[in-house]
Formats: sequence, structure tokens, C-alpha cells
Amino acid sequence: MKPLLLAEFTATSCIGQGVAPTLTALLEQRSGLARCEFETVKIDTHIGEVPGVDAQPLPKDLQIFNCRNNRLAELGVQQDGFFDAVQAAAARWGRRRVGVFIGTSTAGIMQTELAYRAREAVSGALPPSFVYGTTHNAFSVADYLRQRCRLEGPAMVVSSACASSAKVFGSARRMIEAGLIDAALVGGTDSLCLTTLYGFHSLQLSSPAPCRPFDAARDGISIGEAAAFVLLMRVPENLDPDAVLLYGVGESSDAYHMSAPHPEGLGAKRAMQAALTSASMEPGDIDYINLHGTGTPSNDRSESQAVTSIFGPTTPCSSTKGATGHTLGASGALEAVISILAIQNALMPGGVHTTRIDPNLTAHYIKENRRAPVLRVLSNSFGFGGANCSLILGRAG
Amino acid sequence: MKLSAYIGGIGVLGPGLQSWPHAAAVLSGLKPYLAAPTVLPTPAMLPPAERRRTGRVVKLALAVALEATASADADPTLLPSVFSSSGSDGHICHEICQALALSTREVSPTRFSNSVHNVAAGYWSIATGSMTESNVLCAFDASFIAGLLDALTQVAVDRHSVLLVAYDSEYPAPLHAKRPIPDALGVAMVLTPEHSATSIARIDLTLTDETCDSMSDLQLEALRGAIPAARSLPLLRLLAIGAAGRAVLDYLDVSRAAVQIDPC
Repeated sequence: MKPLLLAEFTATSCIGQGVAPTLTALLEQRSGLARCEFETVKIDTHIGEVPGVDAQPLPKDLQIFNCRNNRLAELGVQQDGFFDAVQAAAARWGRRRVGVFIGTSTAGIMQTELAYRAREAVSGALPPSFVYGTTHNAFSVADYLRQRCRLEGPAMVVSSACASSAKVFGSARRMIEAGLIDAALVGGTDSLCLTTLYGFHSLQLSSPAPCRPFDAARDGISIGEAAAFVLLMRVPENLDPDAVLLYGVGESSDAYHMSAPHPEGLGAKRAMQAALTSASMEPGDIDYINLHGTGTPSNDRSESQAVTSIFGPTTPCSSTKGATGHTLGASGALEAVISILAIQNALMPGGVHTTRIDPNLTAHYIKENRRAPVLRVLSNSFGFGGANCSLILGRAG
Repeated sequence: MKLSAYIGGIGVLGPGLQSWPHAAAVLSGLKPYLAAPTVLPTPAMLPPAERRRTGRVVKLALAVALEATASADADPTLLPSVFSSSGSDGHICHEICQALALSTREVSPTRFSNSVHNVAAGYWSIATGSMTESNVLCAFDASFIAGLLDALTQVAVDRHSVLLVAYDSEYPAPLHAKRPIPDALGVAMVLTPEHSATSIARIDLTLTDETCDSMSDLQLEALRGAIPAARSLPLLRLLAIGAAGRAVLDYLDVSRAAVQIDPC
């Protein structure tokens, strides 16, 4: 593929609102996970909750979009001057020439969960105040952002579970290369809700403790929430060598099971290989791998096998989910931003909470931060339904 | 900016529309449109254990995807796909929200696994053994054109064939009152970069400000307005007639999609 410029970026998660506090947390190896006290949830687990989401107002004319997911998107888009950068892009190219590509798994389904607790006693009807299309529907977050930023280009949500906001880079890439748009607001927003907290609990996939990816005693995920965005555009003629580019996107399907990864990581391997092919790179070109690394026994086992089969046992890799939690449909975009920070700050972030690395996992997992040049990063995102996506990001010069 | 491809196989299933040949006869005026509930086949292509777990939205998507790939003589294991739908499985969503409204909050693990928006793409991959990439989109009422745009950019940029599956199914009460999709309707087509022996027509798409076309049959027009995937009906009518023509399809509040169809 033709590389694209990651011109602007921002991330908001439980470790920080905006890139500066996010970087500080990574440098300090600080986790944002805490015991779950979310809403009325009674599950013995840890979560990565973003403070202040419910206090975040939406503009008066967009109140119809009011739900936790869009409040989180609003909070996210206000960080790091990102909203202003999008406006500048719209002014430069025209509002029709900027598209919106957002990944989410559950969008604002929490509005529906709340509405089901407030059903009319006799008829069972949902309360009149509940609006489906602009809250619950998966598209609501992309629709909110396009209306908030007054963008009129093509818009879509990718909802492939936990691969969603990695795959948006692929859709945006194609639309820019096809010449339909000049820039893309790309990213992901997923927020805490009862469906995922109780759902992962029912599958026995959430850990009571803060998640410990690649640990011998790992026992599940910690659910988090995040809003992370990137402004993607063509590479300009006079490129700053410090700029970060999207070099490759690789996607695949497991063809195996709805909620369990392929045991040998064949789908994951195929996505990573496709990303390398798309970037015209060899495994040796990758300095650091930001793993999907959820902390479930099966994910980490199959991902480690897939990574080792391509990269061997020496390429440093880690999961940042011990710090941020698994932000589900937002994890691809959040970890793309973390990968940019890794490249810009010569930082391989060590995996937090992991104490004893599982000796059966052969990938070279790092627990401590490493300060070393990071020119190219591969970032993995895998989801239910066997959806896999790997991104390759790297320095321009 | 124009996006182009060849359409090499079509699948249709919806209320009163039993298959693409049947829908083509209705849309070209050879047969009358007779409203009837959508009949969804059991997906025989899935292993029995998975078959039991599939809901209506999966049955719908698999049926039209299978019809389109079979008539295009395309190997699903080699075909990347774009699944685009305005919602996931509405019945599962209802069950989960209902369970969460009770103090016990017992969510079924199978229901939760099947609640993801990409459930149909996941089962298609399992059923066919296809490990190719699959994109799963939502653009609310604009989901059909969102899917078509993504599929056409794959053809245009990556020069490979792609299976587009656009489908929507209903929510039960009480969500149905808030999102009144009346029944299940799906449309699938195989899009290829080059002309082949199974090509039906060439399609060229541009975004436009023009007003979208409507269907002259009032019942079909009602379907077009009520089910997002049925926004494809003016395009399907052109394909059914088999003559060159142009249709404007509804997309976002600020834009529509104009499609030029030239039969092969």
C-alpha cells in the first residue's frame, strides 16, 4: 500500500486524557485499572474507567446523541487540539473530502440497558426519552463525530468486535487511495456498559484481578474504555522525518469459532503476514510488537505462537492492556496511538501487572520499559467472530 | 470521482422476494409483488452445533451470500467480504437487555458471543472455511451504500474481487417500536475488477446531491423506506430489467449515490 501520514492523534483512556498524560503513565508503567464500582455492576473484577465521562456535556444541538459512548467521544476529540485539527483539515480540503471511520463494539447500548429498566409497567414500552438511532445503534458514534465536526464525506462504523478500530484504518486507506476523500477522521470509541461486563463474565473471560497478559497465572481480561483518534492523510511532498506513517494493514478471519481464537493462531499469523506484505517489509524490519495480549489463557497462547512463527523469539513485544484494560472496539486505535508514542519517544512499553512470564509462551515479552530506537511497530487487534487486523506504523525518515 | 466494478452474481431474500431470479421477475414487472413474511432457510452449510445457535440475521446473511457466490461461480474461501448491516441480532440484543434489567443479571454466554455486530461474518467464515479478510460495517439507514462504497474501493484500489452482503433484520418488542424494521431483507453481490464469463453488468458509482429514486410499486417503495438494505431496490430494478440505466440511491443526509448500470 501507499504509506499514509498519521498527521494528528489523540487518546483518552483510564491512564490519561490526551497524549501527554498517556505517555507519562507509560513511562511510569502506571496502570489505570481499579476495582469495578461502575454503575450498579456487582462483579468481582477490575476495570479501566475514564473519569469524568458522565460530566462531559454535548453541544445543545446534539443532545439527541447523549449517551456515555458519545460523551466519551466528545471528551476524546477535545484533547490535544484534535477537534481544531479536524476543522483545519475540513477548511483545507472541503467538508465533503474528509471521511469519518470509527470502530466500536457496543456504541451506546447502555442507553438501551437503562431503558429496559424503565419500561412502562403495563405495555412494556421503552420510555419516550429513549432514542435508538443516535445512541444504541453502532453508527451513532460516527454520526455524532461527523455532525460535531461538520464533516460531509463518507462515514461508517466498523464493528468487528475487538478488531474494529484497527480495521477502520484499512477502510480509510482504501477511500483515500481511491481518491474519494483527502483526509479521514479515523479512530475508535467504546465505553463501559453492562452487556460487556456481564457478557465477558458469563464466558469466564474476565479476571477478578487486574489483567496480567502473558503471565503464567493470567486468568482473563480487565474491561476498559477509550476514545482514540487519528487524522489520516496522504504523505505530503515535504515530509518531516520525525512524522509517523501508516505503512501496512493486514486483515484475516479465523474461520474457527465465534468467541475462541484459533488454537495455533493461524488467523493472527495470516493478518501479521498480510500487514508485512502490505508494507513491503520483512519480519526483521519490526522493532517492537504491541500485542493484542488480552490476558486470557487462550488468546495469549495462540498470539504467542503466531508471533513466534513469523518473528522468532527475539522481537520485543508487550501488551499495554495491563495499563489501559481491554478497551474492546477502541483498542485498535488506542494501541495505534500508543505505537506512535513508542516511535516518537524511543519507548518499548513494558507490560504492567505481569510478574512471571508464562514459560510456555515463546514470544519475547518485556515487562520493563526499554528505551531504544523504535522505527517500526506492528500492532495486533483480534476479535470475536475471528476478526483479525495488524497495523504497521513507523517513522517517516 | 467514479468507482467501478463488474457485478458477477446476486443474492436477494426479503418479504415477498424469495431469491434473485424471483426478485428480478418482480422488479422487471414480469410477476406481481406479493407481500409475504421473509422465509429464512436453515444454514445447512454450518456444522449442526453452530446451526442451532444461529439467529435470523445470520440465516439471512448466509442465504444471500451463498446465492450470490454460487451464481457468480466464486470460491468463498478466496473471496474477501464486506458485511454491512444497520444492526446486529435484534432478538439477542433484546434477550440480553431483558436479562440485564433483572436483579439476577444472568447473561447467556452463547447469546453474548452471538451479540456482536460481526456475527454473520464470523459464521460465514466458519461455514466456508474462508480466512480472507472480512469488513463489517454499520451506517444506520445508510448501511447499504456504506458497504457498496467499501467494496468498490477494494475492487478499485486492491484490484481483487469482493463479496458484498447487506442485510437487516427486525427487533422484537419493545425495541421494535423504536426501530420499526418490519422484516428481514438481504442483498448480496460479487464485485470483480475485470469482466468475466459470469459478469451480469458493469457498475459505476459517484456521490451526488441529486434526489434519490423511488419505486413505482407502492409496496416496494414502502420496503425501500423501511429496511436499510432495501435502499438497493432501484439498483436491483435496473439489473432486473437488463438494460443500461442510471439510478440514484439514498445514502447520508448530505449525499446520495448515483449508479450507472451497463449490462454485459
